[in-house]
Amino acid sequence: MTGLYALYRRELAAYFQTPLAYVFLSVFALAAPGFTWQAGALFDTGRADLAPLFDYLPWLLLFLMPALAMRAWAEERDRGTLEMLLATPMSLWSAAGAKFLAAWTMAACALILTFPLWIAMNYLGAPDNGAIATGYGGALLLAGAYLALGQALSATTPNQVIAFVLGAGACFLVTITGLPFVFDMLADHLPGASAEALGELSALARFESLRRGVVTLRDVLYFLSLIGLGLTLSVTLIDARRGGGR
Amino acid sequence: MIIADSLVKRFSNQTVVKGVSFQVERGEVLGVLGPNGAGKSTTLRMLAGCLEPDGGQARLNGFDSALQRREAQTYLGYLPEGAPAYPSMTPLSYVRFCLRARGFSGSALKDAADHALERARMGKMAHKSISDLSKGYKRRAALAAAIAHDPPILILDEPTDGLDPNQKDAVRALMAEMAPKKAIIISTHLLDEVETMCSRAIVIADGEVRANASPHELMHLGREVSLASAFRTLTAPTEPLHTPSQICHHGDGS
Repeated sequence: MTGLYALYRRELAAYFQTPLAYVFLSVFALAAPGFTWQAGALFDTGRADLAPLFDYLPWLLLFLMPALAMRAWAEERDRGTLEMLLATPMSLWSAAGAKFLAAWTMAACALILTFPLWIAMNYLGAPDNGAIATGYGGALLLAGAYLALGQALSATTPNQVIAFVLGAGACFLVTITGLPFVFDMLADHLPGASAEALGELSALARFESLRRGVVTLRDVLYFLSLIGLGLTLSVTLIDARRGGGR
Repeated sequence: MIIADSLVKRFSNQTVVKGVSFQVERGEVLGVLGPNGAGKSTTLRMLAGCLEPDGGQARLNGFDSALQRREAQTYLGYLPEGAPAYPSMTPLSYVRFCLRARGFSGSALKDAADHALERARMGKMAHKSISDLSKGYKRRAALAAAIAHDPPILILDEPTDGLDPNQKDAVRALMAEMAPKKAIIISTHLLDEVETMCSRAIVIADGEVRANASPHELMHLGREVSLASAFRTLTAPTEPLHTPSQICHHGDGS
């Protein structure tokens, strides 16, 4: 755990030692309310809730989380610092966990930056703050799942651009299987049970119930499983490099 | 303290390390010589636990570098090839990070970091961003991180590459100061470095150990009495790189 905390501190500081954190947080702070007001027509709904924000959040996270995750291992490989990390008595699980937690902290900071919307809703009406809190919790879990997948794919290449494209592609696939038109298309080509199973695996479908304020163990476990899968893939891919894979 | 026992490593069906064996005891400085692509860095990576051997065993202070990696690496200070470090950090923050990763904290961390930076003669450069440092200072920052936790085993891949003569002398003096208490391996292309720093040297060529002797004994293995002559003799390819017909063919093609 010592190594985990040391690397977590370094990773978090690294975001702020480069323009990455400032650009990421600025883009998120502008894009999230932008989507909510313009595309989501927040003030036209006549309801005091943050549904328009949570409608667009998965699509925003789908691109911004891979951008945050792309550097995790690709940068270490490109700069040669991975060899230095592998020579310290730190477990690969600690290293992967530290990188994930640092990026997840950044994602949490980004979500916190949308608090003016929440304040505005409470000023204008009486929203269900419990449902909003659940929605934010769901968004944080969704961001974590995207980050873990993005970081795993970042371990496959020393090129950050390729890591971003792979990460965004994987997150897109995990998301769209829950869209009605994709589900219908799958149902046309796959046996009923398979299409339904794929639909159940969609991050969007799982996020839907959380954003409505319904917390089920199944949904929480789904996101935690995706995070666990991403971390396991990261550790396996980095360990494979130790075995000689180039 | 350091044992390489019949180490073998293959990449894409090509065997780059073919049964390398040697030992280094406390108080010894072993120079690893060899042409580019001979398998020197791959051998050092296996010893450091960064690569798993396909055959044989690497042991640090009795612990297997592959099977007991974390125990073995507790005793290790490692400077990888090219001395990589995080460019956005300062040498001070980088050394402190490496110490934290090894469990140092509080005044022990501060003292160890200050002492290592002083030994690496970083001076005021310790507070500048690594991305703004010259190649020599970057290498010294990475060297400071490798020695900061005062490990009994040091594996340094080309520690003086890119340093000016004064900096090289400083590193050699540092090695001489640390040598009695540590087992040290230094990979280098500089033959004079072997004479001045190493108590023993091995020559690796084509993935095999071609010689394992003191620098003085090594000098007598060539056509003339010099390390350069011995290096040329020991690393000469066993088969010619190009047959006359191949050279002719390349010439025709251009």
